[in-house]
Amino acid sequence: MTENLIDPAASNETSPSVRPGPTQPNPSNHLLEVRDLHVTFPQPGGAVTAVRGVSYHVDQGEFLGIVGESGSGKSVSSLAVMGLLPSNAKISGDILFEGKSLLGRSDKEMSKLRGEGISIIFQDPLSALTPVYTIGAQISEALRLHDRKLSKAAANARAVELLKVVGIPNPERRAQAFPHEFSGGMRQRAMIAIAIANNPRLIIADEPTTALDVTIQAQILEVLQKAKDMTGAAVVLITHDLGVVAGNADRLAVMYAGRIVETGTVDQVFHAPSMPYTVGLLRSMPNLATAGHTRLVPLEGRPPQLSNLAPGCPFAPRCPVVIEACRSTEPPLTVIGEDPLNSAACLRVAEIASGQLDRTKLYPVPEPVATAERALVAPETVLDVAGLERHFPLSKGSVFKRTIGTVRAVDGVSFDLRTGQTLGLVGESGCGKSTTVMEILELTKPQAGQVSINGRDVATLTARERKALRKEIQVVFQDPMASLDPRLPVQDLVAEPLTVHGVPAKDRLEKVRAVLDLVGLDPSMASRYPHEFSGGQRQRIGIARALVTDPKIVVLDEPVSALDVSIQAGVINLLQDLQEKLGLSYLFVAHDLAVVRQISDNVAVMYLGRIVESGPAEAIFENPQHPYTKALLSAVPVPDPTVERSRTRILLEGDLPSPTEDITGCNFRTRCPLYKLMDAPGKEQCRTQDPQPRAVQNSVVACHHAERIGLLAAGMP
Amino acid sequence: MIGFIAKRFINYAILSAIATLSAYVLASIILNPAARYLGRNPRPSDATINSILDGLGVNPNTPWVERLWAWIVRLVTEGSLGDTIHNTSVISEIAARAGTSLRLLILGTVIAAIVGVTLGVWGAVRQYRFSDQAISVASFTILATPAFVLGILLMIVATLLNNFLGVQLISFTGEYTPGLDGGWWVQFGDRAGHLLLPTISLALMGAAGYSRYQRSAMLDVLAADYIRTARSKGRTRGSALVRHGVRVALIPMSTYFAYSFATVLAGAAVTELVFSWHGMGELLVQSISQSDINAFTGAILFNAILILIAGTLADVVYAALDPRVRV
Repeated sequence: MTENLIDPAASNETSPSVRPGPTQPNPSNHLLEVRDLHVTFPQPGGAVTAVRGVSYHVDQGEFLGIVGESGSGKSVSSLAVMGLLPSNAKISGDILFEGKSLLGRSDKEMSKLRGEGISIIFQDPLSALTPVYTIGAQISEALRLHDRKLSKAAANARAVELLKVVGIPNPERRAQAFPHEFSGGMRQRAMIAIAIANNPRLIIADEPTTALDVTIQAQILEVLQKAKDMTGAAVVLITHDLGVVAGNADRLAVMYAGRIVETGTVDQVFHAPSMPYTVGLLRSMPNLATAGHTRLVPLEGRPPQLSNLAPGCPFAPRCPVVIEACRSTEPPLTVIGEDPLNSAACLRVAEIASGQLDRTKLYPVPEPVATAERALVAPETVLDVAGLERHFPLSKGSVFKRTIGTVRAVDGVSFDLRTGQTLGLVGESGCGKSTTVMEILELTKPQAGQVSINGRDVATLTARERKALRKEIQVVFQDPMASLDPRLPVQDLVAEPLTVHGVPAKDRLEKVRAVLDLVGLDPSMASRYPHEFSGGQRQRIGIARALVTDPKIVVLDEPVSALDVSIQAGVINLLQDLQEKLGLSYLFVAHDLAVVRQISDNVAVMYLGRIVESGPAEAIFENPQHPYTKALLSAVPVPDPTVERSRTRILLEGDLPSPTEDITGCNFRTRCPLYKLMDAPGKEQCRTQDPQPRAVQNSVVACHHAERIGLLAAGMP
Repeated sequence: MIGFIAKRFINYAILSAIATLSAYVLASIILNPAARYLGRNPRPSDATINSILDGLGVNPNTPWVERLWAWIVRLVTEGSLGDTIHNTSVISEIAARAGTSLRLLILGTVIAAIVGVTLGVWGAVRQYRFSDQAISVASFTILATPAFVLGILLMIVATLLNNFLGVQLISFTGEYTPGLDGGWWVQFGDRAGHLLLPTISLALMGAAGYSRYQRSAMLDVLAADYIRTARSKGRTRGSALVRHGVRVALIPMSTYFAYSFATVLAGAAVTELVFSWHGMGELLVQSISQSDINAFTGAILFNAILILIAGTLADVVYAALDPRVRV
């Protein structure tokens, strides 16, 4: 379906073929009303119906969240509103904007409305801006398209003004910059500036923060809220992240397999979900408020293929409370209680809403590993990293290379990992966490510092010993599709490490079957190829490959961040079970703090190549001592509207500085919210002295003023 | 930026020098300038032949390294490229012919680029439609047709047209009508008329190649997110494609331009022969058939310099089009 969107063959100048629905006698009173929208993409292998009867409305100034996994039809339905679907898309139903139908309008008529009445913010700001024009030119273009009388100079001045509104420092100078000179967060700000340029009545934001770090995500959501307040526009926010909508949206629509399956106010949907899918989605998401105490509840199976959809409720194969009728009839959206806007598409909605079916017990909580199956482990240090450094020289000139600076990717990192435990390594992208694990996996002498595995310094290993040691430390990568060779069957993929270590062929097959069984895959699928598996299953293959050599340490480099929300929980649970059964030690690298909270015993927070705070997960998450940790935690959206509305948020300003920059003293002070609150001698200390890690309460913190962290909660709005 | 362009220019200059010297060595080894005199009747004596060859500096009895050295020394000290076998200096020969060739080349390349880019964009936007298919088939047909066949076909068409109209509307032999009386305007019109067919022939070949590359570059751009952004601002599809798409799709074309220039040069040599133009292409072909080493090297040097200029120009254009490579 997504291929179809980008298929150039599909595009041409005529507008998509439209079959308007039966003329509605009642004109719409809403700003935007979508009535029984269907979108079908004809394909050689059978038509794909991406949107199947979606109806919703948005009123003036309202904030509607549309939540769904990839392939649920949430983006297609919003592109249909903008009239930006490829021409081969067959659209039926009706879309009314300010009471007038948008379907059947020509591209020219629609272009008058786009940007002026409705504007849209896309997901990936890198590819969404034309690389050859300056940011300022792209904003003033949007202005001049809808106001022909506006002079070039006036448009440029207004563009600078808009950049200032969205929080770009030095807007006059920045307007002259090209998109590649902007960071991801700044590009997204520029996109918002374009979207609000003509004071639209409706802004559609399609996964506006998905490609960004949490700290930047918090900034962008703030800007979006500000833009909404300034223009008075209604906002439709499309996302897969329930946390993002919890604090911002008024109403919510949950989409599954091309339909809205539940809708209501944010409180109704989050606190009293009535569709089993919504219930499952909320339970399966790792959540900072509850993570670490409870086991995640996985949503088994995967969303259906939208071509040749079987009759009945599309969620039936994954539903824990499925009844016979679910398999034959697709339930319509039914009003749940008093509120006509709160409805769910489930045959058993009355039972769930009335409490006959307890929504908290809808999904069986997976049993923890039985004590008998748990591996007995002696608590000893398996991995010890001390003062690890990795600097890259930055050179200039092609003939006579000269070093003009150093990228301090890893700058003196120390931690240790004990048997059967998990160390979570967190930080924004570019903080050096991946470089750290790659340095460890090299198993060679680092530039500076020491890496010891099972008590042996890897710098002293011979080549033969190094190869033998590789059995002990294995890795699982982020993208399961990219890290598996598509031309090898699963058994060969999983057996490859054994081949390297010279295990005889007949033992290999036996081991592969055993390990596939261990990760919850049917050993009979061993002869299939990676593309025949779903995302979650592929990551299980990746885990099986890592486990096949019976390692003691497994490095997990963002193992669930490429997976859909409903799939994540299953993989996280599997990792926890395997750890207990096999006594594994995990080095878990992730940017998603809730996931880290769920799985880690200890946590180390990295910033610009250094660990700024480390300690037991409980201490770090409940009682952070470093201002960066505190800001990072406060940036993570929690999928609970009550929590979201009541808590104060500490926003970090700006982006992660370039690691080439030489910041004297504490390298976090340029963004530090605590630094701003310090008195002159305190600031002086931050500017001149590099803070050394020291024990504060239960964690080790590299901050001069950790004792005064309390100022932050009080000092911020 | 200027430093970057200068560096690239020096690179190209070194490459041109290497190309020219290699051409000289290759020609010295393969061509046999004595053959021309052996077939004469009466056959000149060996001593006469040797002295003629020595005078030209192309005697095969002298080792080629020595001849190359002498050629370089002459070039550096006297600024001379030697004499042709017709006892004219190579430089004067080039000076007489360069204008003729450049007129054809520059016009042909510019028209080819404009037509090729337009057709490529059109084909991409209308992918798999009839017009795209027609452009594709036509450009493949032209690419598969040898330059001389194309030239002769154009002549046939022109003759038919002339016969049908009963007047000599299109003239295609030589670059002007000898002995034509009239003022400046008459001369100009006459030359333009003679220019028509060879230019069409060159432009067709160039455009066929350009259009294929432009089409695929444009197809990449069509699916880009920023086209969608431009439309979401309020541009129609067509205007978004022109303002945002074509501009980006032109970037890879500037590199292709530099490399294709060599192809156009080769095509031009044949085209000149077909239309009886006395240009650099004719010089190149004749020098090979007449075993004229000095003239051949001179023609190669001329081509190398043209490619040098085209390459540097392509770099400048690339930097102008793409802010990401500006340094």
